[in-house]
Amino acid sequence: MFPFCFEWAWDAAHLIFMGLLYLVLGVIAFGLIHAVIKTWVKLRTPDGKCQGTDTE
Amino acid sequence: MYDESDKTRNISWIRIYMLTNGKEFPETQVVYLPRPCMQCDNPPCVPVCPATATRKDPNTGIVSQTYTRCIGCRYCMAACPYHARDFNWFDPHFPRGMDRSLSPEVSLRTRGVVEKCAFCHHRLMRARAKAYREGRRDLKEDEYVPACVQACPVQAITFGDLNEPRHTVFELVKGPHVFRLLERLGTEPKVYYRSTKDWVRRMADNYLPGEFE
Amino acid sequence: MDLALIPKGVQRCSLKVFLPWTLLWLAILTWGLLSAFLCFYKGLNQTNMNHHFAFGLWIVFDLSLIALGAGAFFTGFLIHFISKEELKAIVNAAVVIGFICYSAALAVLAVDIGQPLRFWFIFWHANIHSMLTEVSFCITAYVGVLTIEYLPLILSNRKLNEIREFNIFGDNLHHVMALFAAAGTFLSFFHQGSLGGLFGVLFGRPFAFREGFLIWPWTFFLFILSSVAAGPSFTLLCVWVAEKVTGKELVKRSVFNLLGKISGWLLSSYIILKILDTIRWAYGVVPQAGLSFMDFYRGPYGVWLLIAEIAIFGIIPAFILITPKLRGRNGLLIIGALMNITGIVLNRFVFTIQTLAIPVMPLEKFMSYLPSWQEWGIAAGAIGYGILLFSLTYRYLPLFPQEPELNPVKVFGRVIGDFGVVKRA
Repeated sequence: MFPFCFEWAWDAAHLIFMGLLYLVLGVIAFGLIHAVIKTWVKLRTPDGKCQGTDTE
Repeated sequence: MYDESDKTRNISWIRIYMLTNGKEFPETQVVYLPRPCMQCDNPPCVPVCPATATRKDPNTGIVSQTYTRCIGCRYCMAACPYHARDFNWFDPHFPRGMDRSLSPEVSLRTRGVVEKCAFCHHRLMRARAKAYREGRRDLKEDEYVPACVQACPVQAITFGDLNEPRHTVFELVKGPHVFRLLERLGTEPKVYYRSTKDWVRRMADNYLPGEFE
Repeated sequence: MDLALIPKGVQRCSLKVFLPWTLLWLAILTWGLLSAFLCFYKGLNQTNMNHHFAFGLWIVFDLSLIALGAGAFFTGFLIHFISKEELKAIVNAAVVIGFICYSAALAVLAVDIGQPLRFWFIFWHANIHSMLTEVSFCITAYVGVLTIEYLPLILSNRKLNEIREFNIFGDNLHHVMALFAAAGTFLSFFHQGSLGGLFGVLFGRPFAFREGFLIWPWTFFLFILSSVAAGPSFTLLCVWVAEKVTGKELVKRSVFNLLGKISGWLLSSYIILKILDTIRWAYGVVPQAGLSFMDFYRGPYGVWLLIAEIAIFGIIPAFILITPKLRGRNGLLIIGALMNITGIVLNRFVFTIQTLAIPVMPLEKFMSYLPSWQEWGIAAGAIGYGILLFSLTYRYLPLFPQEPELNPVKVFGRVIGDFGVVKRA
């Protein structure tokens, strides 16, 4: 799975397979982190409203 | 409970098939065909293992199985057309005292892993160690033979290096009436059989009508 | 009692009705858990699998679940990349169904492998040449994607949504949903295909073996096509069952119609290619192995299986689903969808069980297999888990955006809008 694992070889098959896999995992991680950061930023920014939970 | 008589679930690295020509007496013929692991040169089981638990050794050609790596998915068993691989459906249990008869050179397998004949690889290791102690690298032909070859009372099995011209098998496999099981599939098994009987050779593979001369 | 958790604008049955419902599925799930315990404690001898049937009911069940769960990624793909906006009414349900199918498949797989604690070896000691490695990576990553897609729905629960952090996070996840849909589509394409590749690469088993394109046997592409044909039908069926159980209309008929149409055309393409592939196999792989077509159809797995898979549960539902007049009739649409998924499940069964039943060496004989009660238990437990999770999701989360519009809540004969559940005096 990683270059330091015994089975790893720097051949075309490994590069293509693992390359694509890490690309997709990267996209997913990016999406998640993006959402988390945006949330964190929005929570920190005062927007004129009470930052506590909404009351009914 | 593990039941040795249930041949679909027991562990037996070499299995003997009783073949008959199907004819009535006095033309009935019966042969016994031992089937160890074919140790294929193009093994269908090696590329399919997801955890790299099986490997063909480039020097000896032996297809090894790493029991401690096997996750027990049984994909290799689905791939092998020879049914050479057995799965440990049960926990191994050795009654008290019987455990002392186990060989220290062969690992015990736990439940949930696949195992198979490895051409008594431990005997190869033993022979190499002996040769090393005697200051040589080459093995003599009779120094490394699997247990089944040694045990056979009628010496029906000959073992050796197919690439070594000095070994008996080198010439034997080139002889007449030599065949392998399921050759057409392209697995390149390293276990060769010899029989002058047409009906036996016919049973080694699948033939459409008219294909078997 | 749980009124505060129920989404706004919809009605739910009382807990007096809901609790016995959950207990029923919990009981079935318990049967599954008991079976799993026995398999973990005593070993896989609890099953009826043996050296010849290395794969059994569980693998067939897993393959079927994953094929049927394809509705999740495909609906997402259709919405975000083909602009089929009408499917937004059903995408939540599709995601939940997908999540259930995939998580259940993983759970069943955990029991199926001989050494479950070593599962991580597939990732750490990956053999990239094996189709099963590809399957494992993609399915695991995809379960992650499904969880991320499920999350905004969970966070939109009435009570959870009041928490500002959850509210904003859920919104932000929505905004990047196309990214996850793309990742999900990519992963699904590969794992659905590799599941087909699992069998297509078995050159030692002429029944399953196929030539193909580069490293991918034709079964790779056939499995992808059959899964996208079955997925929407399964989504449709699950929602239809939910409608029958709840007594409400949950999505507009046009959504059902669209899903049926998509399923129909994909199934038609699949059947044509499947027939071509079968013919090519029968004239290529089969005689090359020295066998004839009928050698593969013996005992209980006769030619009727092939006819059932391709003609009865393939051509007929395809015809029903692509014909607007037939598809427009609700009964026929449901029958068409049911026959569609039956055909795909049959295909998975055939590739698994029939492949293993047929001896390759003339020395071997044909064998048959029936699962043990523990095997059935695991499968039943997975179904119980699925229905339980779907029921909880339906009850407490806004699963169907069209539900309030289709089932307006009335008090004294007047629609009261977003006032939530009315407690009967």
